[in-house]
Amino acid sequence: MDLTTNSLLLTWTVFTPFLGLTAILALLALRPALRLSQRAMDEASRGIGMIAALVAMGLSIALWVDFDAGTSNLQFIHRFVWMKAWNIEFFVGVDGLSLSMVILTAFVFLAGAIASLPWLGKLDSHHPHFSGKRVPGYWILFLLLETGVFGTFASQDFFLFYVFWEVMLLPMYFLIGIWGAPSRKDPDGRTRGGPYAAIKFFLYTLAGSVLMLLALIAIYYASGPATLADGTQGPHTFNLVHLTAQAKAGVFTGAAAILGVPFVHLVFIGLFLGFAIKVPMFPFHTWLPDAHVDAPTPISVILAGILLKTGMYGMFRFNMQIFPTGLAWASWAIGIIAVINIVYGAFVCMAQKDLKKLIAYSSVSHMGFCLLGLAAMTPTAVSGSIFQMVGHGIVSPMLFLIAGVVYDRAHTRDIEGFGGLAQKMPEYTAITGFAFMASLGLPGLAGFVGEVLVFLGAFAAQDGIFRVLVAISALSVIITAGYYLWTMQRIFLGPFNHRWDHLWDMNWRERITLYPLAFVTVLLGVYPAPVLDMVRETVNTLVASLPTGL
Amino acid sequence: MQSNLLAIGPELALTATVLLVLIADLMVGDRAARRPLLATLAFVGLGFAAAHFAVLPDGGPSAFDGMVSGDGLGRFFRGLFLVAAFFGVAFGALSDEIPVRRFGEFTILLLSTTLGMCFLVSAQNLLMIVLALELTSLPSYILAGFRRGDRRSSEAALKYVLYGAAASGLMLYGFSLLYGMAGTLDLTKVGPALNALAVNGSVAVRAGIAVAALLAMVGYGYKIAAVPFHQWAPDVYEGAPTPVTAFLSVGPKAAGVAALIRFVVVGFGASVATPPAGGLPWPILLGILAMATMTIGNLAAIPQDNVKRLLAYSSIAHAGYLLMGVAVGTPEAIQAVAVYLPIYLLMNLGAFLVVLAVRAKTGSETFAAYRGLGTRSPLLAVCLAIFLFSLTGVPPFAGFIGKFYLFAAVLQARTPFFYVLALVGVLNSVVSLFYYARLVKAVFLEGSPAGAPVVAVPFAVTLLLIVLAIPTLLLGVWWSPLAELAARAAGIAG
Repeated sequence: MDLTTNSLLLTWTVFTPFLGLTAILALLALRPALRLSQRAMDEASRGIGMIAALVAMGLSIALWVDFDAGTSNLQFIHRFVWMKAWNIEFFVGVDGLSLSMVILTAFVFLAGAIASLPWLGKLDSHHPHFSGKRVPGYWILFLLLETGVFGTFASQDFFLFYVFWEVMLLPMYFLIGIWGAPSRKDPDGRTRGGPYAAIKFFLYTLAGSVLMLLALIAIYYASGPATLADGTQGPHTFNLVHLTAQAKAGVFTGAAAILGVPFVHLVFIGLFLGFAIKVPMFPFHTWLPDAHVDAPTPISVILAGILLKTGMYGMFRFNMQIFPTGLAWASWAIGIIAVINIVYGAFVCMAQKDLKKLIAYSSVSHMGFCLLGLAAMTPTAVSGSIFQMVGHGIVSPMLFLIAGVVYDRAHTRDIEGFGGLAQKMPEYTAITGFAFMASLGLPGLAGFVGEVLVFLGAFAAQDGIFRVLVAISALSVIITAGYYLWTMQRIFLGPFNHRWDHLWDMNWRERITLYPLAFVTVLLGVYPAPVLDMVRETVNTLVASLPTGL
Repeated sequence: MQSNLLAIGPELALTATVLLVLIADLMVGDRAARRPLLATLAFVGLGFAAAHFAVLPDGGPSAFDGMVSGDGLGRFFRGLFLVAAFFGVAFGALSDEIPVRRFGEFTILLLSTTLGMCFLVSAQNLLMIVLALELTSLPSYILAGFRRGDRRSSEAALKYVLYGAAASGLMLYGFSLLYGMAGTLDLTKVGPALNALAVNGSVAVRAGIAVAALLAMVGYGYKIAAVPFHQWAPDVYEGAPTPVTAFLSVGPKAAGVAALIRFVVVGFGASVATPPAGGLPWPILLGILAMATMTIGNLAAIPQDNVKRLLAYSSIAHAGYLLMGVAVGTPEAIQAVAVYLPIYLLMNLGAFLVVLAVRAKTGSETFAAYRGLGTRSPLLAVCLAIFLFSLTGVPPFAGFIGKFYLFAAVLQARTPFFYVLALVGVLNSVVSLFYYARLVKAVFLEGSPAGAPVVAVPFAVTLLLIVLAIPTLLLGVWWSPLAELAARAAGIAG
């Protein structure tokens, strides 16, 4: 594979949000000189943020247009030596898997950016909205987060990946903590709210990533010599392409065992735990309901839409691509945990009274399908898993936006407290019904394709246990339908609760965020080819490297 | 003789500076420009001392019959101490905790400590080590008790003196035993002599070596505030004036670590790659010390309500991280320590500078004074967040690079014990996030209490903050120059 720099387009995409945040910082520094009022500064930050998100979207579409889906080789490569002493390179490039995620990132962040504006719609003047709080800081962190996510998906150097991976942490901590729900005591007297959720998120994720750090160092020292971007030879490498090739040549299976555990298995576990916390995989999922519930709407959108995918992406990129034998070793265990995710998540949803918490747990359930597809290791299941990532990345933002719509008006998300809202908010009812149907996997919408491909692929898996797992998780779809329909009934149907006389239907800001997402949901539901074509060659290459004859 | 004098050129320059400041202190009187005048004099002296490194040959010969080493390790750390002294003096000039009238006194004591530190890291003779250690300690006792009227400051000084006296007594006793067994005070010969003794010696001889070495360790452990010799640190750090605390937490600690490397790694030749030096499993002993130090430091930091005290425990934890590198003892590990310490100096001094600025305005060091600082003083708050997250060791801040080097060195040892040590180390990072983030939470996520003052930051403080914050960010993405310097300190190329 030719790994010379051939395009700067991807680098520009990754750093466009960063340029935006630099512009806001510069404006902040110049504010006294320019005599900008607080209001002007806020609006300027919003404007810069929106422009950056739009440009990033445009650039990622340009990537899509120029992308050659006929190969699994990396494209849009930009590569140079960053730190010679450690053979670290700045190395970005995309294959089908990365590109699908990069485009999804741009799309979800754009929706999140629009949802962060107080423009184009009435806001309840009695309750301060998060979008008016410390605005420049919000946009700086928002854009930093976007660069972090882009970089995570684009990096082809392990060290660079790790840096971007961690760059996602800090902005998320502040975005949940400062702009999320204020601190409160729950009925049991425990402290909950944004600050609590933020630190919980941070601690969980950091615990995972320090294990990844150890695995990263261990892999580096176990790796063999490789050629750097400047043509010189280094004794070890972080380059993912070289690491994959070396893994195929048996460098890691031959590495010395650590603490009596084979090298591949231990490193696999270290990486897997780091990613599993982000996915989130049972039993490491407990940060997610807190973070989702107490984050402001756009941040919940980004969390569910794209941050959970970084975990799955890492599993494909590292656990599957570099350590296929490790994946084969752990496959049935991952499969079982995946089914626990699916079934447990669905049952917990049944018990939820908070709309946002319900949606959060439905994410746990839906990400289980991605895990199941990974564990099954067949081309169909893996494509299905990636499609499920995209599908969930479109549908779950819709769900969180929907929860935001009602919360902005009613300042409660208590499902039991509503009733008959369909009479007052018909448009909102329609879009909610649509999103619920998409999420429960109605054929013709995006959620269905991923699930069905995962089921088909997993059923054909070599390990017979997967047939049982598919059977169990297919049954859980009924539970999913159950909790969505029941929620629908409790909020929108039945006699109208006159407490909500003052509510109003959707405004244009909400329409601009929700309808494009709904459009893509339908489009990918009836015509999934754009995504499946994009990832096909990548999936084939990934699966071809897996050990056969189990 | 001339080459001998050149080898201790920085120390001579420091001595001259101490004397000049002493004289100037008497001459300037009570003028308004007293602080800037004396500080400038100290800065010029420090700059002159640092300029010697341009002339001194790299890895030069040892001077005074091998008493003072001229190797890269000493050179690197002496440079670092001068930087620490620069910030120490600057902090003192900016703090209202150091009265104008006694600023000269403060500067003299601080520079004398620095002089001791410089000698300590290059000392290659057991007696010289003891002398240098005392020269480091005695002025710092006075510095700790600098606020004479303040009970906590006096208590801190007393605790410091008592602990210090006991520790250096035990250390001296250990050294005398070493001298008795090895028959020489020259550190380069003590190690090989003891190794020879241990190989052929009886159990009694080996037990003797163990006792002597462990007694000597007490002195080092005390200086770097390693568990179980750390108990003085929180009280001293809390009670001493903030500039003194800031200096003590980086300067003497770095000197202690460097001296420990000189004693264990250079003197005894102990590392995971070599057979047990003097019959003692140094890597494992130091590794256990490292584990205990970081774990206890981090756990004790969690419930603290006084920010200075919190940073004191945090600096104990950082001593634990550094001890991991000393335990491994390979040139790569020494390089890792040498990468870590300058970064630690920047971020820790930065955090203390924020403490200093907040204290100057609010008179308080507790969490309450920090609540809502993000809205009251954005620059201070953002810098504090940078320093604290860097201390945690998350990218893209410099602290991560330091940790990366250390953990890489530990994993490279490739023994079960060190795999466990690395795991304990990274889990400690997660624990440390909890209390650093607790402070960040108070600053950004909580509202200001009613009537809390806006913390206006003087220009000089802003300047220093930026001088500390920019490298904390830059070294996180570009650390080649530092890594090369550190490699030379460890005696390896590149």
